[in-house]
Amino acid sequence: MSRNPSAAAAFQAADEIVRFEDVGLRYGDGPEVLSGLDFVLTPGSFHFVTGPSGAGKTSLLRLISLAARPTQGRIEIFGQDAARAGARLRPALRRRIGVVFQDLLLLDHLSVFDNAALPLRISGRRPSDYRGDVAELLTWVGLGGRMDSRPPTLAGGEQQRLAIARAVVNRPEILLADEPTGNVDHEMALRIFRLFVELNRLGTTVLIATHDQDLIARSARPVLHLDQGKLSLRPAQAPP
Amino acid sequence: MTAFDPVRWRPAPLLPPEGARSGSLLFVVATLCFLACLTAIAVIASDRAARGWVGQLDGEATVIVRPKRGETPDAAAARAAEALAGVAGVAEARALEPQKAYDLIRPWLGDISDLEDLPVPRLVAVTLDRKAPANAVRLAQALKSQDVDASVDDHSLWIKDIRRSANLARGLGAAVFLLIAGAAGAVVAFATQAGLAGRRDVVEVLHLSGAEDSYVAGLFQLRFARLAAVGGVIGAAVAAGLAGVLRLAGGAQGLTPALPIAWSDLLVVLACPILAALVAAVAARLTAAALIRDME
Repeated sequence: MSRNPSAAAAFQAADEIVRFEDVGLRYGDGPEVLSGLDFVLTPGSFHFVTGPSGAGKTSLLRLISLAARPTQGRIEIFGQDAARAGARLRPALRRRIGVVFQDLLLLDHLSVFDNAALPLRISGRRPSDYRGDVAELLTWVGLGGRMDSRPPTLAGGEQQRLAIARAVVNRPEILLADEPTGNVDHEMALRIFRLFVELNRLGTTVLIATHDQDLIARSARPVLHLDQGKLSLRPAQAPP
Repeated sequence: MTAFDPVRWRPAPLLPPEGARSGSLLFVVATLCFLACLTAIAVIASDRAARGWVGQLDGEATVIVRPKRGETPDAAAARAAEALAGVAGVAEARALEPQKAYDLIRPWLGDISDLEDLPVPRLVAVTLDRKAPANAVRLAQALKSQDVDASVDDHSLWIKDIRRSANLARGLGAAVFLLIAGAAGAVVAFATQAGLAGRRDVVEVLHLSGAEDSYVAGLFQLRFARLAAVGGVIGAAVAAGLAGVLRLAGGAQGLTPALPIAWSDLLVVLACPILAALVAAVAARLTAAALIRDME
């Protein structure tokens, strides 16, 4: 029995959560930061993104998080054309994506609790519905005693954990993290990594940009390697 | 120090405080609201004065009587008053004493002793029926039918001038009011631009956390509407206070008959905080929405 073409397309769409087709990116009149990117992320997958500084890792995450629009090619997120998504669709797509930014982007005038609760608040949920969950999550990442503090009073590692808590608080379908273990000690890095693995086990698609080769070697996950704006896929390797 | 209790947690404002900038903006908005309230009170008071004057003039007419050959001025005036008394739309027609006519022209001629020797025309004061007043044409016809040589002045020229002045005052008041509202809107738009430019990081985080443009614009709208409402309350209170002092100092007639302030006039300032908030909300919303669209 031959497969119906539209059913095949639907099957394909359901099996892909992110699709890049010949994607390029340049900022203003500058040189191309990314070019000819072709890859697909399936729901529930876990990838690292590596590459030397300036290779375009952050730009790649910005494209997936809809913080930037491609200057070439096509990006589909959740089956939607991300570049053409309008003012209503983009926020809806973003709410399904959690991002840990390299520069964290915490709001200094808000408390730790307010920062962590931000995505839930923006989604329009009532505080009474999520207070408990936020408190539990903050306790889990080791910030239970700092919920009323302001980000500038936190140590670097604490700020990083807060950014992670904010990224995962609404149980996103995709989690993007840009150097999430950059400012934390080895033990905390492993703890954070275990959180990502747990979220991935629950179905979240995870993409982590990192320089931490030790973490990559331990995890046995596929790696998207970026170099001079070009992408190559390195399959998962068994841990040493 | 008490421990943080998530159950008692209330969401904090998403926009950081503006600090000194909000103080300056509050001062400017309060000043504009003060000026707007004073303008409104002045327009209402001058409008009342104009209506009062028109009301007085509207219900009266003056007839200047010229005696016929062989007729005394007093007899001519009495005949004119009699002729007018029976006209429909006239409540009363009364020949004024000669002294009143002398009193009227004395300021122009000076205090001369033989004023009585001059051929001063007599005047008849006509009080018109308020409900269906007779017009000048009907009064003139009635006088002509009784062969009285007289001119009727129904004050229409004055009334026209007063009405024109009142309309001009109203128009100017509305123009000043619109100008102030425009200035307030421009100040708020400028403050919104500055607020957005200084808080790009916050806007970016809100966007990337899934906030719609309208949600972010709404934050600025709410912030500036609140600030303008507070400025409106301050400006309105100061303007009402000043008008109250003028009312106390000048009594019911005000400091000048052209501005008879009534206590009820002060109620107009109640609308100020609402209007100020409305103008600020619209200005902030439009500015923020346009800028946020460009940021994306």
